[in-house]
Order: sequence, then structure tokens, then C-alpha cells
Amino acid sequence: MEEILLSHGSGGKLTQNLIDEIFIKELDNEILRSKNDAAILDLEGERLAFTTDSFVINPIFFPGGNIGELAVCGTVNDLATSGAIPKYLSLSLIIEEGLPITELKQVIKSVSETAKKAGVKIVTGDTKVVAKGEADKLYINTTGVGSLSTKLNISADRAKPGDMILVNGNLGEHGIAVLSERKGLEFETIVKSDTAPLSGLVSDILEVTDQVKVLRDPTRGGLATTLNEIAEASQVGIKLQEDKLPISETVEAASQMLGLDPLYLANEGKLIVIVPEEEVEDVLEAMQKSEYGVKSAIIGQVTADEPGRVVLENNFGASRVLDMLTGEMLPRIC
Amino acid sequence: MCLAVPAEVIAIDGKHAVVDLNGNRTEVGIKLVPDVEVGEYLLIHAGYAINKIDAQEAKERIELLEEFYAGLEEIS
Amino acid sequence: MQVLKKYRNPELIKPMLNEISELSQKLDEELKLMEVCGTHTMAISKYGLRSLLPKNIKLLSGPGCPVCVTSQQEIDEMIALSKMPEVIVTTFGDMIKVPGSNSSLEKEKSRGADIRIVYSPLAAVEIAKENPEKIVVFLAVGFETTIPVIAAALEEAIEEGIDNFKLFVAHKLIPPALEALLNDNEVKIDGLICPGHVSIMIGSKAYEEVVNRYDLPAIVAGFEPLDILDGVKGALKQKVEAQVEVEDKVKAKVENRYGRVVKDEGNQIAQDLIRRLYQVVDTAWRGIGIIPNSGLELRDEYAEYEIRNVIDLDVGDSNEPQGCSCGEILKGIKLPYDCQLFGDVCNPQHPVGPCMVSSEGSCAAYYKYDRR
Repeated sequence: MEEILLSHGSGGKLTQNLIDEIFIKELDNEILRSKNDAAILDLEGERLAFTTDSFVINPIFFPGGNIGELAVCGTVNDLATSGAIPKYLSLSLIIEEGLPITELKQVIKSVSETAKKAGVKIVTGDTKVVAKGEADKLYINTTGVGSLSTKLNISADRAKPGDMILVNGNLGEHGIAVLSERKGLEFETIVKSDTAPLSGLVSDILEVTDQVKVLRDPTRGGLATTLNEIAEASQVGIKLQEDKLPISETVEAASQMLGLDPLYLANEGKLIVIVPEEEVEDVLEAMQKSEYGVKSAIIGQVTADEPGRVVLENNFGASRVLDMLTGEMLPRIC
Repeated sequence: MCLAVPAEVIAIDGKHAVVDLNGNRTEVGIKLVPDVEVGEYLLIHAGYAINKIDAQEAKERIELLEEFYAGLEEIS
Repeated sequence: MQVLKKYRNPELIKPMLNEISELSQKLDEELKLMEVCGTHTMAISKYGLRSLLPKNIKLLSGPGCPVCVTSQQEIDEMIALSKMPEVIVTTFGDMIKVPGSNSSLEKEKSRGADIRIVYSPLAAVEIAKENPEKIVVFLAVGFETTIPVIAAALEEAIEEGIDNFKLFVAHKLIPPALEALLNDNEVKIDGLICPGHVSIMIGSKAYEEVVNRYDLPAIVAGFEPLDILDGVKGALKQKVEAQVEVEDKVKAKVENRYGRVVKDEGNQIAQDLIRRLYQVVDTAWRGIGIIPNSGLELRDEYAEYEIRNVIDLDVGDSNEPQGCSCGEILKGIKLPYDCQLFGDVCNPQHPVGPCMVSSEGSCAAYYKYDRR
């Protein structure tokens, strides 16, 4: 008997299988089929981006953020990566009996502050409480809409050989910050979650070019998994330069200790940007000037060889295939 | 098998020590490597120190290689 | 420690690769080196070293991953254990996906079994302290590096009087396995890259017997790209020197090229601890069979800490998966590509054999990094 495993929710291959074999199979339509983070809707001439996301994180407070901030950023970022300007969000809560009211207040305060920063309004919501043990403290769903300029055509299937790939800063920080709080692994770290709304960064990029091909936020499954999705959707190869990847020494060391690869660790404030080669310098400069893009870097290039594959090249001439995340990331010692 | 990572000793408390790995801190057992001192580097496996890292040896080995390959370059 | 970064310096790696390449031209025949350490396997793939080495040097991956060599019987017993309501199973993450005959710990966890992943056995002792009404079992897999670590945690639990902490001892010892491998006529190996961290505990001297008996070089190596290449270079040099036809032929020897942590005699405290708690027994390695004196069991005075002495885990006889070449892959007779199941049938999502399950198993490493 096949059953749902945690790995089905890890954002990697098993999640893809669920999407293809159950969701798209049963619910198929041309918008769903595009598999972008946000659906692009045409409402009588107005273009809208529309997306939804649920947040289940243990612990709900972690170094550098909490579930409330995450719930706003996650949805705002899924809108922003379609090139849209995020406008309105809904907020639905599933609360486990026994959650201290002070913790709820703190979370909602974060929701409010983050929404302001991202320029969105929370305009509708819902609350359900379930018995103790039937949920883990607090689950949040947010749904969002944003307006989208008709000039833009940003989608995971638009990368072409020759295009350049950028990322806006250090990878794996959210993943390590959350792991450091997990039971059985506890360690202290100076790493903080990178949770951030990316709408400002996206609009800064769109100010210098309307030629952006792909924008994606590498959340669960990390940079490696998201780049694989892009390589697959665009049927191109992707070549990364290992020494150009921004990874802090602290994340590197924590990853080594736990036997994890930072390229598969979750990010909540990172943006992968793919642009034509002639635009890359302007885009890099615009990103580096933006609040959440100071450490932006060019990390690689789209290629014609080996479509669907992401290859990492190191600084002594060897290369290896970076696959999608398979299964859940588990700390290992052996 | 056996992933092990280098870490610097920050504090010692009987059978345990607090170590730093480039900004990550964790408590490790030092039962297998007694007489550690603050500032020394240990190799950590599964929450225990398994040996000290001989910094002098690490340095000498690299310097040997550096000299050797620098010499080769000059010859060629 | 800044100096360690230099062990990844391309300005040293490139000339060392050149040196290896030049030396390799003197080889009369192909040089097959085996590493017996999953962390070496992973590092070789991660740094792409295989593709940089000359064609006449082959790196084979031996039985270096403790999860890979845990017998199906023991995995089935661990799964049975996890289903018991009075038990909390604690384990390194590595074990969680290993398929047993019909299930895995991951599947049992999704069905509600209390299975907790820990980074250190010390965390498992903590869990035992917090749950005195439960039996907390730590799955004690691992080679000589991990054995003393778990033994130290057990001693700490005993000292603190935490008697609901138990072990499921499935440890394996490396030197007897090397001996068994080299004894197999099918296995053709010209040199060993010895596991750096196992060697910290047992000392580089531990390989002398094998080296003398089978006259092949054994190099203790670290895990940075430069360390591994240095290990290859060492074995290559010995081999080239040994080719020369002279009367006093040079004998193969053990070389310690990981001197910053490995000493000849190893870690005496760890060795004493193992001797104090354990006695050596014969044990079954998955895909290889029973290897004499290659396992451990707790001595009589500690027998109450072995869960199988407390709870009867009768799972019947377990069968190894059909068509799986793990055994031959572990011995270096086959490469992962040579297995008929590799890729379509057996992959990290649906692992058949344990070499695919562990992320450092030979097949998983090949699938992940070298699938081109």
C-alpha cells in the first residue's frame, strides 16, 4: 500500500510526482499546466497573478523570523517572481488548542509588519481551532493577488542558451536557522533565516530591464532543485560555477557537520534571476543596490548541452551533476 | 563512512566542551580526547571529539606541497 | 582553521593531478584502488575527482557505508522494534530510508511509530532521560569511528543511572572486512585508500597485517580533494616502484598521509573503551555474508543494554532483494552501472539495495554525481 510520506512534501521529486500524477491529472487546465509559482489570469483585459501557500513550520519561532513573517513573504514572493506587484493577501489560521495568545499576537504583529514592508494589505481571513494534538501549534495559509504588466513574459520555461543566471545573496540560511532549533540537533548559530519579501527587489530589476526571462524563489529543495525545475521546463542545460555561489562559511560549516548540501537547503528570501547576457551587468548592479540584493552574484549560464540537467563546475576543472532533491533532507553522520 | 568536522574549543566543562564551527556552537563529549584546552582544534563526529587536529602537521604538509610544486614550476 | 582551506586550493590540486598523470604513464597495467569509506566515496564524486584521473587509474568503492552493509535481518528487526508502543527508536538520519523486506523506518514513522532522528547519541540519552516510562533504543550502526562515540554515550547513560536507554548493536569492523575482501579470488584490487576517520581510532598500524599478507599499498587519506589525490599518488608511487624487476623487490607498505589527525597507534582511550564494553563476534554483511570477527556484541556485564536481550524480536528469515548487485558492487567486482536495476528500477526515490539508500552508498553517489 502506497501512502503519503514526509518526503512527498519536501519539494523534491516526490512532490513533483504528486503534482503530475494526481493534481494535474485530475484538475488539468492550461493555467495549472504551466506549473509556475503563481497562476497568470486574464480578467477582461486586466492581467492578474494569483497564488496560494500554506505554512507548517516547527518551530514557529526561529532565528531571524517566525511563521507569520514567512507566511507573508512566501506568498508575496510567489507573486513577485511572476513579475507582478503584490496587492492583496488573505490569511487563514489553523490553531492548535493551547497555543499561548501572546505567541499568536507576536505572529500577527509580524504579519502586519511584513505586509507593510512588502506593500500588501491583508483583506480577508479565517480562523479554525483544532483539539490538542491534531495540529502542531499553528498552521497558516495565505492567498494573494497582484497586478501584472502586459509587457512582461516571465516564466520558468523561457530560459535560452546564453542567458545568465544570478542570485541575490547567501544560500541555505533559512534551512540552517530552522534546523538549529530542531529537537535532537540543537546547536547555536549566528545564521539567521533570510526570510524577506522580494517584491522590492523584483521591481528594482524590472526598472532596468523588461527582458527578464525567469524569476524563481528557491525555497524547499534549495537552489539545486529550483534550477532543475527551470532546466526541465525550458529544456536547456544549466552550468554553475561552484566558486561563484554565495555561501557563508557558517552555513558551510553547519552543513558539513550535519552532512547536508547547502545547495539543497531552503531559502525564504532568495531570488534566481535569468536574463539575456547583454542585460546581466545592469541587472547585477540594480540588484546589488537593492535592500535584499547587496550580495548578488552571477552564478552561471544557460547552455544548449544536456537539456534538463544542472551541472556544477569546480575551480580545478571537474564537474558534477546537481540533481533535484530526492526525499527529505536528513542529517547524517556516516 | 564517518563525517567529521573541525571545531575550536571555546569552553570546557568536565566531560563536555563547547566548540565553535565557523559561527555554529555545539556541546560535544570529550571523553575520547581528554586534556583538551580552550583554543585547540578538535575533529567532531556525532557529537564527540574523536581527536585533536595537529595544526603544525597540517601546516607543514601543505608547505611541503607548496614548496615542491613551486620548485617544479621553476624547473619547467 | 584557515590552513585546512588550502587542502582545496586549485593551485595545488592541478599540479598534483599533473604529477599523478605523469606517474601513471609508467604503469604496466591498470591500477585499481579501493576506498572503504563512504565519506571518501561521496567526496570523490562531489569533487569530480574520478573524471580528472588518468584512464588507467580506477577508483572502486568498497563496503564503506555502515548502513549499506547492515543485514536485511537486522533492518527488519529495527522496523519491528519501531512498531512497539513502549519503544522510542532513536537513530542517525542515515538509517531512516533503508528498505527492509516490507517496510522502512520512514514508512513506520508516517504510520505513527515514534522514531526520532538525532545528530549525536548524546541526544538519544537526553530523550531517554525525558521519557522514563519508555524504552529508548539507539540504533548503533557504524564502524570504528562511531563505535567508541556510542560506547561513550552508553557509559554516560549508565553513570547517570538512565536504565531505559538501550542499544541495538549492529556495528561492523573494517580490518576483518578488508581481509575477507582480499581473500576473495574474484576481487582484483591493487591498493587501498584507507578510511581516515576509522584510522583515527584504530591507528595506521592496524593495516600492516593486511598489507604484509597481500603485498599491496595502503594509504591513510583525509577527505579534502588534495588529501584524496595525495592518497592516490602514494599508492601509485608504490606501485610504480614495485614494478621494477630487482632482486630486493620493494615491499608494499602502509603510508599515513592524514597525519594531522591520524597517529600510528590510534586513539588508545577509544580502543580501551571498546574492549571494556564489547567482545568481537562473527557478523553478517549485506551482500557479502558472514565475516569472521567483524562484529561486536556487548559483554555479559553490559548485556542488559542490548535491546534484543530485553525484547524478543522474531521477524523470521529475511531475504535480500532480487536482482540487486550490491554485494558485487561492494566488493568492487561490478560498478553501479553494471547492475541491471540501476537507474530505472533502483534510484534514490525507490532504492532497492542499501547502496542506493544511503546518500553515500556507491550507487547513490554514482546516481547523484556521475550520471552523465
